[in-house]
Amino acid sequence: MSTQLFSLTASALADLLEKGETTSEEVTRSFITRTKEVDSTVKAFLHFDEEDALAQAKASDERRQQGQSKGPLDGIPVALKDNLAVKGQPLTCASKMLGNFTSPYDGTVIGKLKEAGAVLWGRLNMDEFAMGSSTENSSRQTTANPWNPECIPGGSSGGSAASVSALETPLSLGSDTGGSIRQPAALCGVIGMKPTYGLVSRYGLVAFASSLDQIGPFARSVDDTATLLQAIVGHDPLDSTSYKTEIPDYRAEVQKPLEKSVVGLPKEYLSEGIDPEVEQAVKAAVKWYEDQGSEVVEVSLPHTEYAVGVYYIIATAEASSNLARYDGVRYGHRSEKPSNAVDLYFHSRAEGFGEEVKRRIILGTYVLSSGYYDAYYLKAQKVRTLIRQDFLKAFEKVDFLLTPTSPVPAFGKGERTANPLAMYLSDIYTISANLAGIPGVSIPGGFTQSGLPIGLQLLGKPFDEAGLLRAAKAFESGHDYHLKTPPLG
Amino acid sequence: MEKNPSIDIDYVANLARIALTEEEKKTFSGQLGDVLGHIEKMNKLDVSGVEPTAHAFPLENVWQEDKAKNGFSADEALANAPATREQMIVVPKVVE
Repeated sequence: MSTQLFSLTASALADLLEKGETTSEEVTRSFITRTKEVDSTVKAFLHFDEEDALAQAKASDERRQQGQSKGPLDGIPVALKDNLAVKGQPLTCASKMLGNFTSPYDGTVIGKLKEAGAVLWGRLNMDEFAMGSSTENSSRQTTANPWNPECIPGGSSGGSAASVSALETPLSLGSDTGGSIRQPAALCGVIGMKPTYGLVSRYGLVAFASSLDQIGPFARSVDDTATLLQAIVGHDPLDSTSYKTEIPDYRAEVQKPLEKSVVGLPKEYLSEGIDPEVEQAVKAAVKWYEDQGSEVVEVSLPHTEYAVGVYYIIATAEASSNLARYDGVRYGHRSEKPSNAVDLYFHSRAEGFGEEVKRRIILGTYVLSSGYYDAYYLKAQKVRTLIRQDFLKAFEKVDFLLTPTSPVPAFGKGERTANPLAMYLSDIYTISANLAGIPGVSIPGGFTQSGLPIGLQLLGKPFDEAGLLRAAKAFESGHDYHLKTPPLG
Repeated sequence: MEKNPSIDIDYVANLARIALTEEEKKTFSGQLGDVLGHIEKMNKLDVSGVEPTAHAFPLENVWQEDKAKNGFSADEALANAPATREQMIVVPKVVE
């Protein structure tokens, strides 16, 4: 049976480990073998260290033998987006700029995963510095959608979604600034969750847009999502935007039945530009929740049409400031060309950054520049207030919102790269949650006729991850979409 | 249709400290013009009296105790530096 361990969820693997029917070493070997078998097609991993993973697995097995297991993640592989710092491991953000960078410290979530006994398994491809919606902006390789290798996996956490979908790891972490966890999860047919801003520490996550970035889990079941979320949340003095709040027992919360709930359907989210099969899947989900006794009401989020614009002002402004640190002096790529110190900046940045990163730094610099700050940045921050108020108002009437995650299923490689605005608009349903700071999760919601996954997005009240996961679990229990795996290997 | 706003690309690239090629300048100007055109939609909104949001959950005065903690050694801190000498980072000459 060891050849099939890779096909099990983290919860199923934890059960086998608990009963002594397998070892973390066997589990880890199974994922290593699977990865070697399919990653030449999927190309989700940028780096992995087999021996290091096996050493972690053996340490976990020893702990367990001595009756000192650390819980449900002990001995379970977790793969990481390549923008999370693990001491002694490479960290490139899929950028030439950090081609030779080795993390000098562990990020807070990494420390927490180590504390939970997880086997840190490999580094995953992404859009360079998390900027993109297709993982095509990686300077290293193009990741394939496991359901159709001619299609993109979504982005920016494309490797995190594809690796879980392709059964190369049971769990992974990604980061979400405007949908970078939820959109690839939808396009690859797995679960991806963006927690409430401030719930998970950002210390050790390479900064893109600091007021929007959150780290979150990918998994193939809601139970697994709850387990990984539980491990990474909590206040951290090393992140001044980390929030002090009581942490519920998510793993217990998701086992409770979904009480009679009120589901909100934002009318602005089912308008122009949505793929008919995606729309159909949302309508089917609405009907399902109604059949289960939930009340579905239409709500309005009137400022939705401004969200993409507001996002591309705020995110690029923050990025232009955050990425100023890559100057070729202290770390990162240094140009060989320049003769003086100022030239060093210009050429190191020109050579180290890819096209999309440069484009966003230019836009961010422009909207912050003298004479434009009020018209763009300040105005965007005000509209952000209105977008946030839209959600808080809707949540006075409903328990959670149900929307598509992405207006379209996975699109073909190269289809949108020439038109940045079209690429930006593919984040239309996910972006508002980052601006408002609220939690969101994408769950498998069906398939197109051509066999591509469709994602449903549930958006919840601030810090109500438990309620959101319960709603997700209810849907999961009534469907088998999450049990399907792509035709690989 | 209204013309999209344009970016003074040389001025902005200089502020951003990125040496762009002529081709990049041309491509970015066009593409960012389109993006700004989309953003202009915002202008039809009246936001007078609306407070700006910098963070979704306003946190103020997050202090830490002023206590010494262990940090990196000089070697650890310089491990990723492109060029070092005697525990210093080497850069091209700054002052002639």
